[in-house]
Amino acid sequence: MSTSTPAPQTPEGRPTSMPPVGRVATKDRPHGGVGDRFRLWWDAQARPTQWLIGVPFLIFIALVPILNIPVLTTVGTNFGGVMAQFGMIALIAIGLNVVVGQAGLLDLGYVGFYAIGAYTVAILTSPDSPWNQTDEWLSKDWAWLAALPIAVAITSLSGLILGSPTLRLRGDYLAIVTLGFGEIVRLLADNLDELTGGGQGLRGVAYPRVGVTEELPNGVFSAGNAAGTLNSGVWWYWLSLVFIVISLLLVGNLERSRVGRAWVAIREDEDAAEIMGVPTFRFKLWAFVIGASIGGVAGALYAGQVQFVIPTNFNVINSVLFLCAVVLGGQGNKLGVILGAFIIVYLPNFFLGRTELFGIPINGNEIASYRYLFFGIALVVLMIFRPQGLIPVRQKLLAYGRELYVAARRAAQAATRSGSDDGARPGAPAVATASGTTGAARPTAGGTRTGESTTDGEETR
Amino acid sequence: MPLLELQDMTVAYGRIEAVRGISITVEEGELVTLIGANGAGKTTTMRAISGIRPVSRGKVLFDGKDITKMKAHLRVLEGIVQAPEGRGIFPGMTVIENLEMGSYARTFASKAEHDETLDRVFDLFPRLAERKEQVGGTMSGGEQQMLAIGRALMARPRLLLLDEPSMGLAPMVIQQIFRIVSEINAPGTTVLLVEQNAQQALSRSDRAYVLETGEVVRTGGGKELLADSSIKEAYLGVA
Repeated sequence: MSTSTPAPQTPEGRPTSMPPVGRVATKDRPHGGVGDRFRLWWDAQARPTQWLIGVPFLIFIALVPILNIPVLTTVGTNFGGVMAQFGMIALIAIGLNVVVGQAGLLDLGYVGFYAIGAYTVAILTSPDSPWNQTDEWLSKDWAWLAALPIAVAITSLSGLILGSPTLRLRGDYLAIVTLGFGEIVRLLADNLDELTGGGQGLRGVAYPRVGVTEELPNGVFSAGNAAGTLNSGVWWYWLSLVFIVISLLLVGNLERSRVGRAWVAIREDEDAAEIMGVPTFRFKLWAFVIGASIGGVAGALYAGQVQFVIPTNFNVINSVLFLCAVVLGGQGNKLGVILGAFIIVYLPNFFLGRTELFGIPINGNEIASYRYLFFGIALVVLMIFRPQGLIPVRQKLLAYGRELYVAARRAAQAATRSGSDDGARPGAPAVATASGTTGAARPTAGGTRTGESTTDGEETR
Repeated sequence: MPLLELQDMTVAYGRIEAVRGISITVEEGELVTLIGANGAGKTTTMRAISGIRPVSRGKVLFDGKDITKMKAHLRVLEGIVQAPEGRGIFPGMTVIENLEMGSYARTFASKAEHDETLDRVFDLFPRLAERKEQVGGTMSGGEQQMLAIGRALMARPRLLLLDEPSMGLAPMVIQQIFRIVSEINAPGTTVLLVEQNAQQALSRSDRAYVLETGEVVRTGGGKELLADSSIKEAYLGVA
């Protein structure tokens, strides 16, 4: 082993002169975790297969509130309404995930964007508001839809305005400033009495008026549609699903692009990213603006569904709850944060009004009222045992974008066809011959990467 | 015309001037070292050159162009690439992903060029080739240092800034790192090295500057300074 002489100039000689490292086995340990295994399997499927599985799954998710599944369906509250709330929080979680999970910027004032989105719609369409447009040139029937892009534009603008000065700060400082922003928005809503109605709020916010029938004079989205399985909650849930799919496609494409790579680099080490030539400030601002606009959509949905906005609904505790959804689900993973949002919204409602569970008598209302306690405990437990979240992220940074992906998929298919049972790393042999040395080994990463491959945003701060 | 020229550069943290009016030149193809004790301003100088730290007075010229006010990420495009102190790799990315980040700004014209550069990095650091898929944060200190240098090389620097590559490493690894620094410099990549390990650094440098409390106190050829008795006393621990 004592090869400290400068003699071994051969590439083979050099590694032996390195001191042995204890963690050699780490990367070879085949415990990829369920998430990684699923991801690898999914990535290896052909596009049509992915559609074939994805679309029915999405349809099932959409039909959940009307299928009346025993146990799953809430008893104390309207299940459709719960799912509508879930849809909105999921959208928020996706938006917040861009900021917190992707770019690693701890934003504690995200509720501010949500409020701005909701108030924009309310101010433009509520009869209480001095700027109400529904009497003049906006028809009440499509006022909500018309206000939506305006809400998105204004929230992105507010993201830009908040981001430009504050994104020069880092870590804790950024968190504190954004926390202040959330409060400022709420206090403005509370105190600009003439415009926002102050503590009284704004009533009669417009909503999409479709599906008008004799029984439902205001359409399926109106609060009047409260009875039966196909109530307004379900319709709002479906509408939010549409926005969720749109934002997932948008955010997913960004993630796979140079923008996504820049975000990951910033999250991991901002200085290192900057000296690798990443314009960090610009990309942080981008993350902020994109996150803000998605929050604005969620706010608009909220205003339309509830038809009523008051400042107390935009408390800081909501920001924390949104963040909770993101952290719980898995920062940086889009599907993870949706699961997180579901847990945050669904669990308290699940217990609400329930008197027994699997034959055991429980006081559901009591449990539901302690939800913040349980979320707190859940977070502490999670941070100890699974800090990366329930469904952690696996970064996909690709040197040559999609083409390596496709290569991996082809290789995987070839491997499956040739009857290889080495399921753990289907890409390895075929890709190596297909696309040279460079990224050849990349696509196999999913199988060999281990749990510790994920770092959460805070760790690098 | 020197590749890099610092003219009377001052860098301050608040009211404290960490670097006070230093003037340094680095010619194309040279290996120049800054040595000095802790707090002499070596790392601050590096950060000012790479653009992470603003310059309060004086000028930074690169290839004759004034880059004093240029943003850090734009300096990479000019060819100034730093392997930061304390390794500064991306801990959650694999070796290969880290290396690919190196070429983020200076993208390759062709796949062939990309492969060639990557092969060169793997030639210099066979260790990295063995560990392509290993997560950066789980590697040893020496390997992380190699990765940081390799990542910087992926940007094909005109001027490579190495900030204390030997910090906290075992003597055997230090020797290896220095050998590789010479190897990088040999075909013409200009290297500016900051080191506390004066013996190794000076013996391999064309020229060196000695920094003390933010000022250049000595300058000369590497071997020449190595032989100097006052330098020996101050930095090499021999009387």
